[in-house]
Amino acid sequence: MTLGGWIIMGLSVGLVTALFAWCLYRVLVRKPPVEKLHGIEDIDTQDTEPE
Amino acid sequence: MTCAQSRERWSSRLGVILAVAGSAVGLGNFLRFPGLAAQYGSGAFMIAYFTSLILLGIPICWVEWTLGRYAGQMGFHSSPGILHAITRHPAGKYIGVLGVIIPVIIYMYYVYVEAWCLGYVVFFLTGKLDLGNDVAAYGEFWARFVGATENGLTFSAGHNQAVLFLMVVFALNFVLIYRGLVRGIELFCKYAMPALVLLGLVILVRVLTLGTPDPSKPEQNVLNGLGYMWNPGNVWEQLRNPQLWLAAAGQIFFSLSVGFGVVITYASYLSRKNDIVLSGLTSAAANEFCEVALGGLITVPAAYVFLGAAGIVGQGTFSLGFKVLPLVFSKMPLPWLFGALFFLLLFLAAVTSSLSMLQPGIAFLEEGLGLTRRQSVALLGLLTALGCTFVVYFSKDLKALDTLDFWVGTVCIFLMATVLVILFGWVLGLERGWEEAHYGAEMRIPAFFKPIIKYVSPLYLLGVFALFVLFNVLGFDPQTGQFKPTSYVRDLVGRDADPVARLSVLLIGIVVCFFLVLIATAGRRWDKAAPKARNQN
Repeated sequence: MTLGGWIIMGLSVGLVTALFAWCLYRVLVRKPPVEKLHGIEDIDTQDTEPE
Repeated sequence: MTCAQSRERWSSRLGVILAVAGSAVGLGNFLRFPGLAAQYGSGAFMIAYFTSLILLGIPICWVEWTLGRYAGQMGFHSSPGILHAITRHPAGKYIGVLGVIIPVIIYMYYVYVEAWCLGYVVFFLTGKLDLGNDVAAYGEFWARFVGATENGLTFSAGHNQAVLFLMVVFALNFVLIYRGLVRGIELFCKYAMPALVLLGLVILVRVLTLGTPDPSKPEQNVLNGLGYMWNPGNVWEQLRNPQLWLAAAGQIFFSLSVGFGVVITYASYLSRKNDIVLSGLTSAAANEFCEVALGGLITVPAAYVFLGAAGIVGQGTFSLGFKVLPLVFSKMPLPWLFGALFFLLLFLAAVTSSLSMLQPGIAFLEEGLGLTRRQSVALLGLLTALGCTFVVYFSKDLKALDTLDFWVGTVCIFLMATVLVILFGWVLGLERGWEEAHYGAEMRIPAFFKPIIKYVSPLYLLGVFALFVLFNVLGFDPQTGQFKPTSYVRDLVGRDADPVARLSVLLIGIVVCFFLVLIATAGRRWDKAAPKARNQN
């Protein structure tokens, strides 16, 4: 196994493994951000008295 | 919704990713890729391979996911329906016939190879593959088992084990497909895909810890085996070889299952809010991991350690898989265990792929003719059983299998992928397609993929197809500048024509005509239903 062989193997295997691991992480661990929809209750009209 | 009766949907995001990855991961990942990389010199081959992945594989993958999900919202799940919906042209649905006949015809022979894998699992466990140290013995065993010595051999008494295994895997496939998308395909892939990766890792550890099994041959060790697979040769010289680019692009193409009509059908069962950018990339990444990280480190190094370079050179996919590797496993400690595990891995990879080949046909029969699942499964079962019987009967030199694989499993796939990429970039429109792809997406596709999808992928695809025709059909020899048509052409025309090859092409023609007639009927149903659907909306 030459140095070139180690480099080619390391880059090829490393690249596909890293891509696969990153994709799995995004799919399984990192949840997509919940889209915040602003409704009526979010609007502060500044005209209500505190209770 | 148009005429489609099915309102099936995938039950989870992971389920559809595993199903698409399962469709892509097949025998080619573990047998074809390592052989090609070693043959062309890994350094140059991997450059061409990753170039093809970025310019062809991943863009077409996203194209298929997008077109499928887009047409799925209109109630279409089969290629004829999807092309009918997107092109809005009477000819569109007929072009879509490719997306039905490709998986159906490939299934007719792929399921037979799947049966060999199951057979080898049983043979290893029962000790029938303990045939000594001569690779010729393994070759003879395989030839007798699959009937490669004589047409009709596997139908005769005493030689029909392959047919028995075929009946088992055929039934397994149709039971799973009958259970439906979620309870059949998705459920099976959820267990089979992790099991496949686990099996691959176990065998990988076994291979990498083999050391130097025969002290009298110290040069045959794991490091030299890895070197044989990965050491680069004269990279720049090798990159000038057009055959290398053809082999690398072909491997990416077939490995990712793009252009089969499968991914587009699977994606049509997604709801519009489902992410397709990350899901498509994840399924492609899973396939690449199995191919490069598992297939690239197991097959060739294992064969080199026990047989040396002479045992690997010039071996085709079947030869490497069913002659060389059984000998290799028989020389390892616990041969029955590791041999059975390896062929179980191949078997699982094959089942997840063959299942995906049935769904496009089922989807078309359901939405095109209004058949129930039971009826569509019965009709497709009959059709594929007839085709499969043809392949198994004409088994001498695997002529029928080889002919169908060349004209449908290679030529038609190029055509279908070209249709899809042009459809996305030029018919649906790049901007509209781009917007559709990103609906519900968690990540954005890098902008440089826009010109790639619109210009580079179609041109690259056509360039590769031109090279394919030049070398693999017309038989161009760059050294002499002469053309000598390959055996696939000589089998069909001229004095040396082969009757089985001609019958195989006739079978392709019959299947195409059969589905074209059904598509004409389906088109009338869809046209009738369109005004009703518009009124409902």
